[in-house]
Amino acid sequence: MLKRQFDYEHKYQSLKQKVTELRDASTNLDINLAAEIGEMEKRMENLRADKYRQLTPWEKILLIRQPERPTTRDYIEYLCDEWIELHGDRLFGEDRAILTGIGSFQGRPVTIIGHQKGKDTKDNIRNNFGMPHPEGYRKVERMLLQAEKFKRPVLTFIDTAGAYPGVGAEERGQAWAISRVLTTLSALKVPVVAVITGEGGSGGALALAISDRLIMFSHAVFSVASCEACASILWRSLDKAEEMAAALKITAADLLQFGIVDEIIDEPPGGAQQDPDAMADMMGASIKRYLDELLELETDQLLELRYRKLRNVGLDADF
Amino acid sequence: MSFMFGKKKYIPVKLPNDPRTGVLPAQGQSCPNCGVWISADRLSADKGVCPKCNHNLTLSAYQRIELLSDDHSFEEMDADLAAGNILDFPDYEDKLERARQESGLAEAIVTGTACIGGNRTVLAVMDSSFMMGSMGVAVGEKICRAVEQALQLELPLIICSTSGGARMQEGIFSLMQMAKTVAVLERLHKKGLLYISVLTHPTTGGVLASFASMADIIIGESGALLGFTGPRVIKQTIGERLPDNFQRAGFLLDHGMLDLVVERSKLRDTLILLLKLHQEGKGC
Repeated sequence: MLKRQFDYEHKYQSLKQKVTELRDASTNLDINLAAEIGEMEKRMENLRADKYRQLTPWEKILLIRQPERPTTRDYIEYLCDEWIELHGDRLFGEDRAILTGIGSFQGRPVTIIGHQKGKDTKDNIRNNFGMPHPEGYRKVERMLLQAEKFKRPVLTFIDTAGAYPGVGAEERGQAWAISRVLTTLSALKVPVVAVITGEGGSGGALALAISDRLIMFSHAVFSVASCEACASILWRSLDKAEEMAAALKITAADLLQFGIVDEIIDEPPGGAQQDPDAMADMMGASIKRYLDELLELETDQLLELRYRKLRNVGLDADF
Repeated sequence: MSFMFGKKKYIPVKLPNDPRTGVLPAQGQSCPNCGVWISADRLSADKGVCPKCNHNLTLSAYQRIELLSDDHSFEEMDADLAAGNILDFPDYEDKLERARQESGLAEAIVTGTACIGGNRTVLAVMDSSFMMGSMGVAVGEKICRAVEQALQLELPLIICSTSGGARMQEGIFSLMQMAKTVAVLERLHKKGLLYISVLTHPTTGGVLASFASMADIIIGESGALLGFTGPRVIKQTIGERLPDNFQRAGFLLDHGMLDLVVERSKLRDTLILLLKLHQEGKGC
């Protein structure tokens, strides 16, 4: 049976609660167990940290799909002193599965684009669970060209199960919209820094991941298609999604080794959801460092380096 | 990672048939659509189109090359370029080996230069008999090299696609081929060279969402199923009946996604006209 929930953290917190109760009870009885309980707490925390260091790829997927996980909007609000969201593709509609706008990042105007998942059911319906339609990608294309016009660097945040599989999406050219974004990004004349904060699912995620620097959270994943879909198609069994997650090599560590990702930002035990501010701080520091580097380059150089990165993907990797 | 393009590693020495003759099967076959028996002569004369129901039978890459190009004008490039099992994905080597035996190809695409009505072009044709024409590292690389050949020789480019999408067994590397191919194509566009994409049955997923939809002119072969997500998955997701003709070439033409829908019998003449109108084709 395929494991559908990752409830380690929940169970850990309830164990921790019991230890607190034990401490209170022993204090009331005047039985001093402070040293023993202290030892126990330390050991518990170490074991928890170990657990999170050894998450399987499938456990990572379950962890990053939890609704408590911070979203693109949370990170933007933390990273930017000021920020204004801009809407619409000017062609058909507004797709709230992708958030776009202009922010002030460390005193520098940047265009920001990211998948936006919801926090609850209502939110998720509005945002279509972070699964964009073609109008989302066309909004992205519009914002990219706007960034180029005003010479603003671009930051992207990736967290989607994939582009939406629906009738309207097909009628309005999902494939066409995605290939245009890929093309635009491959030749965009301003620096692009991308961060995979959660799920990097298929072409719908790749469309925001073409960049000069790609950062990945340590429990994030990036895969050719969802593990469920791959398991159903190749192995004719959804229950094998867990095995598939391992076979596809989708973790941040795999992608760093493949030379596809430039840096991993470590998540605390419990994942980014345990300390969103710390994650945003670390991410902000990395983005700043990369932007400083990239803004030093002449446009031709920037484009040539990005081109080589795409053209030679996988060839420079050390594995 | 030089082993990735290790030329001999997985290439079978003995193929069951020589696919390069480009002829349709010596025996006749029945039409998968209407069931009528089609003789070998008829198949060949009608270019693999059913005389009764007009259904397009699947063509191999070499059959399509023969259909489109002037006699004996095709010169293949990178014929034995093939990828290995980069992810150590379970059973992938066996699958590749079987695909090679069955298709007689090293990979799911054949690339080269050809003359089409006296116009020299770079021609790339995918083959769905090789792992559903899926795009892994080798397919992406062969496309890029074909584009680079067109750039170098300043020739127009024609790619005929048929593909289930990115090849899952090569994981993230397959996905990255989408970005790689469009990046190279962008150079072709900047140089002002013509690229015509011919979408044949079926073209879906990462192939349609990358190089196949980034052309100056996009032609759908009549009846072809074309889309990002396959109809089965969409049906599962939304749980209702799909519109008639959904994702067929005519449907996409009506929705503004294609320049033309062309019947197989008129495909070559259409390409010749387009090449002529661009006056780019160098004589052969």
